Amino acid sequence: MNGVFDLAGTDGVGPVVVPDDEPVFRAEWEKAVFPMFAMCFRAGFFGVDQFRHGIEQIDPAVYLKSPYYEHWVHTVEHFGEKLGKLDMAELDRRTEYYLANPDAPLPAHEDDPELLAFVEAVVPAGAPAGRPSDKVARFSVGDVVRVDRSSPKGHTRRARYVRGAVGEVVLHHGPMIYPDTAGNGLGENPEHVYTVRFSNAELWGEEHAEPNGAVYFDVWDPYLELVTPAAGSAAAAPATPGGTPA
Amino acid sequence: MSDKIRTQEEIAARVKALESMLIEQGVMTTQAIDRMVEIYEHEVGPQLGAQVVVKAWTDPGFRERLLADSTEACKELGISGLQGEDLVALENTDSVHNVIVCTLCSCYPWPVLGLPPNWYKDPQYRAAITREPRKVLREAFSFDVPESVEVRVWDSSSEMRYWVLPQRPAGTEDWSEEQLLALVTRESMIGVGPLAEAA
Repeated sequence: MNGVFDLAGTDGVGPVVVPDDEPVFRAEWEKAVFPMFAMCFRAGFFGVDQFRHGIEQIDPAVYLKSPYYEHWVHTVEHFGEKLGKLDMAELDRRTEYYLANPDAPLPAHEDDPELLAFVEAVVPAGAPAGRPSDKVARFSVGDVVRVDRSSPKGHTRRARYVRGAVGEVVLHHGPMIYPDTAGNGLGENPEHVYTVRFSNAELWGEEHAEPNGAVYFDVWDPYLELVTPAAGSAAAAPATPGGTPA
Repeated sequence: MSDKIRTQEEIAARVKALESMLIEQGVMTTQAIDRMVEIYEHEVGPQLGAQVVVKAWTDPGFRERLLADSTEACKELGISGLQGEDLVALENTDSVHNVIVCTLCSCYPWPVLGLPPNWYKDPQYRAAITREPRKVLREAFSFDVPESVEVRVWDSSSEMRYWVLPQRPAGTEDWSEEQLLALVTRESMIGVGPLAEAA
């Protein structure tokens, strides 16, 4: 979807403000929100692509003006409501209660050794997005490619600033979960992922681009069309996964 | 979905309400919440990335493995996990300077750098760094990259997680591991800042 979250190249949003130092979590509520991603994922609320798409649907003014971890609250609520896991009237009622009684305790509950074991296991293991696939990579390192310029209504990682742009494939990473289906609740449907190098001039125009620079952007196979095959290679030869940046 | 910009007090109440319902459903416990917070406040952070950098500076074989497959090389040091399942280390050289961003959300290589600083997640950095990286580095980070050095901005739009291997400064050949570790800043591994001044 086209939205304000797709920020690259947006002018006029003000300077980058970098404090000298800041804690990992700036408020107590941030400490409760951060674990919701992993724990609600475990409870079947969303996959990571759906989680992002929930954030993309936040009111645009709220998105730009609210603290980062509040975005996570919105997406947990979004899927909790959609899946019938959260009664929103009850959530509103409790919100009023805790607003009037900020020091009121959370509900008494037992520890859950399995949940604790999940935390200890998932932090070092992660949840890899790579998937086996018998799909043949349509592109090779060195191919010159153009990004599809259409505007899907649902979730995509095809940012507006690379749509229609021409660049060179510099890395091939192999098949991974496809956000354009997974993020829209349509299954993992793995597709090959590549890194494409776009010159600054290609993205912003010679007149407006900084000199001697490029942007490296990751794309999935269906985002691309071939402009010119890699010099000296058979157009059909598949790329090999891995390798170091060109 | 709400179009209200909430105060900190309103957010805190909303979160506590949500937390209370998730606790009752067995989705969360305060014990598991506290443990997850403890991990990212005290165990997983940029000190881990710094260890990898110093190892790469002092062990040429490791450096090669890190550049060929950062995920596997980091596992040699016991470093892996969430939001870094597929890592790529980008080596700065005399002619190339790398910097990372996620313009669509806030993807960041947690296992080596911990959780991202707020400026990395803010709209301002995500808006400007692909368009005017030299200007952002100069104005926000007081960090000048000479025009002769190419600036490569890596926009983390897939689940690949990029991070930067800074250059080892000349004249540090005799330094201890501890001295070298003190040079490696979080900003140098994001690509927005230099190494620390020698103490």
